Amino acid sequence: MSTDVKVPQQLPVTRHAAPQGVKLPIYMDNHATTPMDPRVLEEMLPYFMEKFGNAASRNHSFGWAGEEGVETARERIAKLIGATTKEIIFTSGATESDNLAIKGVAEMYREKGNHIITAVTEHKAVLDTCKRLEKYGYRVTYLPVQKDGLVDLEDLKRAMDDKTILVTIMAANNEIGVLQPVAEIGKLCRERGIIFHTDATQAVGKVPVDVNKQYIDLMSISGHKMYGPKGVGALYVRRKNPRVQLAALIDGGGHERGMRSGTLNVPGIVGLGKACAIASEEMSREAVQLASLRDRLRDRIMSRLDETYINGTTEHRLPGNLNISFAYVEGESLLMGINDIAVSSGSACTSATLEPSYVLKALGTGDDLAHSSIRFGIGRFNTAAEVDYVADRVIETVERLRELSPLYEMAKEGINLKDVKWAGE
Amino acid sequence: MSYSDKVIDHYNNPRNVGSMDKSSADVGTGLVGAPECGDVMKLQIKVNRDTNIIEEAKFKTFGCGSAIASSSLATEWVKGKTVDEALAIKNMDIVKELSLPPVKIHCSVLAEDAIRAAIGDWKKKQESAKPVAATVAQ
Repeated sequence: MSTDVKVPQQLPVTRHAAPQGVKLPIYMDNHATTPMDPRVLEEMLPYFMEKFGNAASRNHSFGWAGEEGVETARERIAKLIGATTKEIIFTSGATESDNLAIKGVAEMYREKGNHIITAVTEHKAVLDTCKRLEKYGYRVTYLPVQKDGLVDLEDLKRAMDDKTILVTIMAANNEIGVLQPVAEIGKLCRERGIIFHTDATQAVGKVPVDVNKQYIDLMSISGHKMYGPKGVGALYVRRKNPRVQLAALIDGGGHERGMRSGTLNVPGIVGLGKACAIASEEMSREAVQLASLRDRLRDRIMSRLDETYINGTTEHRLPGNLNISFAYVEGESLLMGINDIAVSSGSACTSATLEPSYVLKALGTGDDLAHSSIRFGIGRFNTAAEVDYVADRVIETVERLRELSPLYEMAKEGINLKDVKWAGE
Repeated sequence: MSYSDKVIDHYNNPRNVGSMDKSSADVGTGLVGAPECGDVMKLQIKVNRDTNIIEEAKFKTFGCGSAIASSSLATEWVKGKTVDEALAIKNMDIVKELSLPPVKIHCSVLAEDAIRAAIGDWKKKQESAKPVAATVAQ
């Protein structure tokens, strides 16, 4: 009997030369962090050596120069989100902002209630903070999300009770880029006198955010997700209708209205301010540009590869986000094949926990497809030529790995993989 | 995570990729792992019935680079060995050869399982083939 060898022993490996106008490696992981905009760096530089003063030094020009830089930044951030300057508290980043908002409300409003509502797809900075509060006797409801990644407002309404003091739901998801109905959530909270916090790390500077129109009481902002520096962020804290009070996490010199002590990171704050000023000017134009690049990437990939699935709604989504599962191909091996491109995967193999993405699981995506997912984060400095190169490399690598995949072979033979009794289960 | 040169080499140039007719009497097929766990290996061997030597080995793997490399290496190693010699291959041999980090040891375990499953399948075929040898040979 002859044995039937279907694939040549040596698969051809192509070494890649960068096409015209493309510099390798390509960075397309802009949800993880963004490169700084050179205009931001330029604005920051004087604050390291010439204007090094402590913004809290009230008695000399060195201090005043620092304070001036900080206050300009405060104005720029406030303008971008429709707030007033006194409502901006500087922090070390969005993780600290999330902690301050959630723990600060929990402690301050303990007499009023002990119930917090969040969603299962939140960033760990929110989820782990809520988990800690559970240890201290708080009750936390983790809302499920629908197949498209969005929270069901009816679920939210049902979860609210007279002990609910805080709802914390993110504006844009860091993995799948879906935009939660923030204004609707905010309105429900306002009507019931519940404080509403949103982690807007991925949203601010990318899509319009207005704290008044969207009934936001607390909002976390990060510098390095919007072409600003790392190590700086802000928390918007509403001062009027209602006035939100927070217990501080960090005590000390009473900086930032007593809500966040510690000498201000003046260069970082100046950089965050400049990043917000640029976003105010350029966001609407940039969003169109990013969405067009994202759609170009999606169309090029999906027209060539079958059984690829977009995770999360395509209707309410960050313009630069694309999250695709490539059936029958494991994410980490795909990343290895496109190693001149920086993207992320929801595969367990790329995470510290050896579990596939909890966000994708929450959408009802099977573990198999969660292992097969890639997140593309297109940003300000990506070009159409880069998008085309990325698409072509992904297509070629997925095709190669599918030839290597027993699952692809079985599916092509008409075997339903769900019916197979797997030895490893 | 950085990969060893050997893992990268196996990933870029996997050895013995392919499939053999799993209904063939001299072919043993092992299918181990599960899609939900992110690793599935199919390893096949073709054994010479007279010498018990594995003359051909093929694999296909869904999994990370280390899983691909472990199974690719496994096919290289079993080829030319007798069935009993192949059974002596241990996952830690694979770990050592590919310098797998601790989080990737399960890839080598799966490769060892795949070798055992393929040999087990082949052995089962030989036993069930004996009484009906005449029909197989027709």
